[in-house]
Amino acid sequence: MPGRSLLEKIWDQHVIARLSEDTDLLHIDRHLLHDLGGSRGLLDLKSRGLKVHNPELTFATPDHALSTAPGRAGTSKIGMELLAALRAETAASGITLFDVDQPGQGIVHVIGPELGLSLPGATIVCGDSHTCTHGGLGALAFGIGSSELTHVLATQALIQKRPKTLRARFEGKLPLGVTAKDMILALIGHIGAAGGTGYAVEYAGSAIRELPIEGRLTICNLSIELGAKIGMVAPDETTFEFLRGRPYAPQGEMWDLAVKAWRELPSDPDAVFDREVVIDVEKIIPQVTWGTSPEHVVGVDGVIPDPKSVDDPARRAAIETALEYMGLQGGAPIAGTPVDWVFIGSCTNSRLSDLRAAAEVARGRKVAAGVRAWVVPGSENVKREAVAEGLDKIFIDAGFEWREPGCSMCLAANGEVVAPGQRSVSTSNRNFVGRQGPRARTHLASPASAAASAIAGAIADVRMMGR
Amino acid sequence: MPKPFDKLTATAAPIMRSNIDTDVIIRIERLVGNGIRGTLGKWAFGSLRYLPDGSENPDFILNREPYREAEILVTGPNFGCGSSREGAVWSLQERGIRAIIGSGFGDIFFANCFQNGILPVIVDKAVVDQLAADIEATQGAGKVSIDLETQTIVSPSGARHSFEIDPRRREGLLKGLDEVALTLQRDDEIHAFQASDRTARPWIHSTRTPASRTSA
Ligand code: SF4
Repeated sequence: MPGRSLLEKIWDQHVIARLSEDTDLLHIDRHLLHDLGGSRGLLDLKSRGLKVHNPELTFATPDHALSTAPGRAGTSKIGMELLAALRAETAASGITLFDVDQPGQGIVHVIGPELGLSLPGATIVCGDSHTCTHGGLGALAFGIGSSELTHVLATQALIQKRPKTLRARFEGKLPLGVTAKDMILALIGHIGAAGGTGYAVEYAGSAIRELPIEGRLTICNLSIELGAKIGMVAPDETTFEFLRGRPYAPQGEMWDLAVKAWRELPSDPDAVFDREVVIDVEKIIPQVTWGTSPEHVVGVDGVIPDPKSVDDPARRAAIETALEYMGLQGGAPIAGTPVDWVFIGSCTNSRLSDLRAAAEVARGRKVAAGVRAWVVPGSENVKREAVAEGLDKIFIDAGFEWREPGCSMCLAANGEVVAPGQRSVSTSNRNFVGRQGPRARTHLASPASAAASAIAGAIADVRMMGR
Repeated sequence: MPKPFDKLTATAAPIMRSNIDTDVIIRIERLVGNGIRGTLGKWAFGSLRYLPDGSENPDFILNREPYREAEILVTGPNFGCGSSREGAVWSLQERGIRAIIGSGFGDIFFANCFQNGILPVIVDKAVVDQLAADIEATQGAGKVSIDLETQTIVSPSGARHSFEIDPRRREGLLKGLDEVALTLQRDDEIHAFQASDRTARPWIHSTRTPASRTSA
């Protein structure tokens, strides 16, 4: 029998019942709720006359519908109603809520790892597709829809079909100015936005082993943009060091017991994957998207694809449609494209290391005239740590706006939108049509690239900024 | 509880662009709030269906006869990728869509369809392209038939195509099964799993931590 992969080991450990050859009833170890769907699920459960099966394994926080303006001014009436409903329904069910202004509040995929709720070997779900982020700690984590959310609340279990496995190996040493965000965008550009559909992706290779946890979380975050609802990195010493002492991480004897179990999780050397991709990271340069799918990506020193040079009519039409929406000319260099907005935040890139990287570029410089630039920390704890380090001051001095933690302009559900026709460089994960507001134009990039673009007033190559 | 699905003969609309994400199917601001069910049909594909001034975009296929009445969508690669929002499926359902035929779907969207009695059918891209061409050849007048029992599609040209589907999914749709009720019948097994897992992995189950420890 061949060895087992990380995915298979975690999967097998959670099977409550085998329902068919490839479908199992899996135990869910952690269920995270947010303000958009959390109270709806709890109310749905109530209307069926059911109770939350394991409130002690369920955690909630508001992030999506909350304004990130100072003092939360500007949260819509409906956002306030959702917050009130989340408070009432979590209290009634005995679910821990990390509320506004409390340590622990933040984007649900930032707080899980930060609090030690997300652990290696755990199954983690949330009614949000970027739940794959938590896989950066070696968890089996994936997003679910509303019906599945109700199912988990009612049963602490979920019916799932075993996915195929894809291993993406990043080999080599990351060049200066190139980040985890660039690594994963390069992979999406390489295999396409559906390249991972139906797979659980394991990120491996020397460049992944070298990455700190926050970078691994960024990589796993964009798994869904690869089409894969699961992305994961095998836990190692870096993982254990990250988790040690976190509020919900095991302590004392239990910690030793847990680490012993976690050391067994990495894929066996002879594990077989359904697909394997190898990326040479030494060839990666900072990435930026030009179109309306994350696969529409080029190196920042590259040119926007010219539809005229594409033979396949369907592909040509797709490029033309994307360029028209984006207001760009095929064949032109992407660098130098003037921008109106810069958004540094979201569950992809709003952790402390992201803010440090952006601040490093912003320090002592000024945001270009006519550009609005926002920095939105991922959580209350990130915000407090950043303030303690003086990062907020660096940003404010440079002309950035420093906001309260939340999803903000990543999805524009909280009144925080890029105006029609305006162009934003964003550290988030989706450059979809209308994602950041009706007719808003989004270019995805790393925090360092976004900060460089804010300073330049145009899409910029951070490697030219001389730091 | 999802409505059962067995067979359907209906107008089908080809929407062949690749990577239509769930943000494009339904914008997030339509989904904020707990009382949204029943309000979503008119916002399905909002950014494609309406012009910036709010009027209908005459070029968009679902605004044209006879596609306006379509109950089947024939879609390009990777339809429903992106956000897990089940509201995308709700909006299609409220718009009258009962089945979607494509070469591939976003994984979470695909699962959400079954939860709402919508049949997503995966066939080869060549079959999807042929179906779309057959439909367009009749200007949409030719209907498409789908039979879940026999796992076949009949194109307006009369061509028959078979499709594969997970047997559990198929049975769930045919009978309109409620998964929550079914799983709760296994509650003893769930409790037994948790009891033994508490010994094997106690750190997963002992989560009650004083609030004072929540700052990282
Ligand atoms: S930051 Fe954006 S992608 Fe992440 S959970 Fe919030 S809305 Fe979703």
